[in-house]
Amino acid sequence: MSLRIVVAVKYVPDATGDRHFAEDLTTDRDAVDGLLSELDEYAVEQALQIAEEADDAEITVLTVGPEDAKDALRKALSMGADQAVHVEDDALHGTDALGTSLVLAKAIEHTGYDLVVCGMASTDGTMGVLPAMLAERLGVPQVTLLSEVKVEDGKVTGRRDGDAASEQLEAQLPAVVSVTDQSGEARYPSFKGIMAAKKKKVESLDLSDLGIEEDEVGLAGAWTKVDSAAERPARTAGTIVTDEGEGGKQLAAFLAEQKFI
Amino acid sequence: MGEVLVYVDHVDGAVRKPTLELLTLARRIGEPVAVHLGPGADTAQATLAGHGAVKVLTADLPEFAEYLVAPKVDALEQAVAAVSPVAVLVPSSAEGKEIAARLAVRLGSGIITDAVDLESGDEGPVATQSVFAAAFTTKSRVTKGVPVITVKPNSAAPEAAPAAGTVEQLAVTVGEKSTGTKVVSRTPRESTGRPELTEAAIVVSGGRGVNGAENFKVIEDLADSLGAAVGASRAAVDAGWYPHSNQVGQTGKSVSPQLYIASGISGAIQHRAGMQTSKTIVAINKDPEAPIFELVDYGVVGDLFEVVPQLTDEVKARKG
Repeated sequence: MSLRIVVAVKYVPDATGDRHFAEDLTTDRDAVDGLLSELDEYAVEQALQIAEEADDAEITVLTVGPEDAKDALRKALSMGADQAVHVEDDALHGTDALGTSLVLAKAIEHTGYDLVVCGMASTDGTMGVLPAMLAERLGVPQVTLLSEVKVEDGKVTGRRDGDAASEQLEAQLPAVVSVTDQSGEARYPSFKGIMAAKKKKVESLDLSDLGIEEDEVGLAGAWTKVDSAAERPARTAGTIVTDEGEGGKQLAAFLAEQKFI
Repeated sequence: MGEVLVYVDHVDGAVRKPTLELLTLARRIGEPVAVHLGPGADTAQATLAGHGAVKVLTADLPEFAEYLVAPKVDALEQAVAAVSPVAVLVPSSAEGKEIAARLAVRLGSGIITDAVDLESGDEGPVATQSVFAAAFTTKSRVTKGVPVITVKPNSAAPEAAPAAGTVEQLAVTVGEKSTGTKVVSRTPRESTGRPELTEAAIVVSGGRGVNGAENFKVIEDLADSLGAAVGASRAAVDAGWYPHSNQVGQTGKSVSPQLYIASGISGAIQHRAGMQTSKTIVAINKDPEAPIFELVDYGVVGDLFEVVPQLTDEVKARKG
């Protein structure tokens, strides 16, 4: 039987752009160009490698987001994913992590899966909680933050490099995996891949397709509330000296004055 | 005042500093109750009590080490049921965030991650976060369920506050679905003898300008003279000069020390995302146009191989 892989990805504002908040204190998605979160490229890459190793596999790339989020799906399809699912609904605006995990879990169940692959975190919210939430909601093993991953004989194994130790993990499928930026560089889409992606199927789903009520998600349904967002005051200009042989000593004098030495 | 559960990060009972910071923050919103999982609760008790824990709930099951994350979530969930706390605080480590994430789903509670400050509010705890590569500061609340909040290291100075710290056994049943991910083997990281990167009061980092793995000794020597941790930019890590575990930035660690010294680091957004909340920032770079100089309290335009060793010698001389 075919190995069904679902890669959950996020469309994020470009981190090199000037990111802001909108008036309702959600992320302003109009001011800055969006793209497939860089950390999710690693997830797509590992899914492709797992699929290449398997006899028969199918990769579905999944996102929850506005119309423009299709760009992220197209990128993943051009890298080699087989098909895409886009959950799009006006009622989703302002959904927080708990709500997003609910929608993703329902969409993953709707699609059918043996393996869910995620990146380690998004580059905008940077929470890094979605993979664990998905495992919890789906009731399957969590095999996360892997620098190395392998799927064989219905089992997923991988190496998790933590602060204190490096761990070798093992779980039966179905499972949720997340991979780090150490898992291996993501491939660039080829011209052929880009052309092929245009013909691949993108299924659009809304909340009613997933049996989710509008009040379970969105800004009003969120489990958290942002009360204020303030631009960090620019740091006051510091002292800059040019080294003319005494730079290290001058720096030491500054550190001593600041009581660091 | 209600009770606040504080998840204890420890190694065999040696409590890590971020937990003491959490206890300090927890006292602002209620009475801290520490949850200590695994061995060493008796060792940890004095430290936890000394920092305000009125109770230490403990459980030591082999499952905590044999399986990933989920058994600890079971324990914390059962601690919540036993105590009915006003909030649950967890250190913002990789594992801490995953524990908090699953706990939030189980409790149907909102979650806030990577808080850098916490205060009491009329409608529950208010968490301060630093977002968009530290360009913005937000204040947020959990509006449903028991607030689950993860807090970044160096968010508060640990304060001594003697309390009873009575050790109580927590009865924990590990769920059937919590033993799905087996930890087949565990290889502890080799200790460098330096402080942990995210917890250190001083961090000395090297970047592209260090130009080679062997040259990182210059950075390490300065770090050792100051009792600091060593960090590296993504460029230095990608080049294979320094381990990924030391990477500071968007895809590495986010640090917030009292003093951050950037050597040979240009200061791309990727790097700034991980260090911009440092209290005092110092940079050494030969390019006067490097964006890192926009952030600094003190900058030296010069060759790091001249400036850094001179600084190291001077630090040693001043420290005697």
